[in-house]
Amino acid sequence: MNERLTKQVSVFLENKSGRLAEVCQTLGENGVNIRALCIADTSDFGILRMIVDTPEVAVRCLRDGGFSVGETSVLAVEIPDVPGGLGGVISLLGNVNVEYMYAFFTTVEGNAVVVFRVTEEEIPTVIKTLGANNIRILPAEDVYSL
Amino acid sequence: MIWDPYHECMDLEQRRELQAHRLRETVARLSANVPFYRQAFRDVDVQPQDIQSIDDLSLLPFTVKDDLRDNYPYGLFASPLSEVVRVHASSGTTGKPTVVGYTAEDINLWAECMARSIGCSGGTPHDTLQVAYGYGLFTGGLGLHYGGERMGCTVIPMSSGNTERQIMMMRDLGSTILACTPSYALTVADVAADMGLQPGDLKLKSGIFGAEPWSESSRLAVEEKLGLSAHDIYGLSEIIGPGVANECSNKGTLHVFDDHFVPEIINPETGEVLPDGEYGELVITCITKACLPLIRYRTRDISCLHRDICPCGRTHPRIGRLQGRTDDMLIIRGVNVFPSQIEHALLSIEEAEPHYQLIVRREGHLDVLEVQVEVSGEIFADTVRRLEEVEKRIAHAIRTTLGISVEVKLVEPKTIARSEGKAKRVIDLRKEE
Repeated sequence: MNERLTKQVSVFLENKSGRLAEVCQTLGENGVNIRALCIADTSDFGILRMIVDTPEVAVRCLRDGGFSVGETSVLAVEIPDVPGGLGGVISLLGNVNVEYMYAFFTTVEGNAVVVFRVTEEEIPTVIKTLGANNIRILPAEDVYSL
Repeated sequence: MIWDPYHECMDLEQRRELQAHRLRETVARLSANVPFYRQAFRDVDVQPQDIQSIDDLSLLPFTVKDDLRDNYPYGLFASPLSEVVRVHASSGTTGKPTVVGYTAEDINLWAECMARSIGCSGGTPHDTLQVAYGYGLFTGGLGLHYGGERMGCTVIPMSSGNTERQIMMMRDLGSTILACTPSYALTVADVAADMGLQPGDLKLKSGIFGAEPWSESSRLAVEEKLGLSAHDIYGLSEIIGPGVANECSNKGTLHVFDDHFVPEIINPETGEVLPDGEYGELVITCITKACLPLIRYRTRDISCLHRDICPCGRTHPRIGRLQGRTDDMLIIRGVNVFPSQIEHALLSIEEAEPHYQLIVRREGHLDVLEVQVEVSGEIFADTVRRLEEVEKRIAHAIRTTLGISVEVKLVEPKTIARSEGKAKRVIDLRKEE
């Protein structure tokens, strides 16, 4: 099951100008490429979540740079790139509480890739449900090299 | 062991009579010998015969650190210099140091109080006491030294520093008690580990740690690393030095040797004496000292008093672990707030000690207290909902302990300026208005 879990890097940011630029600059200087990202924000702070090609390097260089960094396991799910594709997958998940999700910039063999964050306890259920419906979860190695 | 059962376990009524008698004599001596106090007693119209019981202490005026500075160096001494056998001095953070003097009787009384402190910390004449407080003008080294000799311990006068040599002596001579500052004890523990010492190579059974504030988590750390029982000791040179109060085996509070040093807790703003159990400024009156018997000396340390009898058998009242300095106190909407109380509330949420800063500002006519907490370690979460929950939990914990509402703001790590390893805890913007 582990190879199906993708490591997401998240960073706590105060709502101050220039902070996002500093994160990106730190990653760039350390040769880390961002594959997908999303930002959640409130009036005071924001959380930047990213899928990168080398999560270990990203975590280390951001910590060294004084950022508050966390790692979370997420699922990268292939979704048919057609109207209703995402809706269909979500409806399969029924009762599962999806905390958040966001999409990759690129497609894989014509399919979109969407990152799902669910609680640790619900990960096995989601893997089982998607598997039973022939929805593919991308292995972590494939995700980092997308 | 209880060093002086007669005085330490004295019947409370009997001790009150002893205190009243001693206070009356002290006031009479000060009126006769010290112009500063003669004038101060005249200003409040109190004569020695007005002191009928120890409760009459509240009739007397306070003494503050500036009074010692204004009468630098010997102006408040009640004994002629021919009878003074020693001086110590505290490092003055601003300007001149504070010079204190001792007659032979004072040195004797100090050794007695220090022997009580060593006894409170589990010491006996069979112990080997390693004194790693500095020797010199600072009271720590010589205070412990004389107390150790009075108890009958084998005293090793190491003074501070040279940690590897310190540990070699500790191992070779089989020291059983270590006396030093709590931060130095942690250094000793780390260096001993680096030198490859195993638990069991050292025979330490107890530690007497003071002269700086320390937390319960440092206590646990030093107890675990050095395999000893850590005891807090309290004192200040203006009163006598270490040996004013000491923790017994019931940790958390310190017995004040009040047949010599009478404690009170006051509201630092109004000077009013507070009921037992309430936090405020610790005030101490010396009722047996010859050279420098300060009356109602305001220590600026924050503590509280407990008078219920301790299971150890000593009948002395106890002060709670020191909660910081009055200099750091904030008044928010009329409520006294100490940064350490905020810290306790934060500790109840997280295992680790978080970095925080308090910002006070005035919005209209209302004081607003903003608590900034750095997001790191366990506070971190990748969802807004969880971070907002953390903010709510912190605000709730502070409201429950302090009874005031605060605004909690999560900030990035290292946002809060650190100077010399200590963070600046309070920014009061009201003063600039």
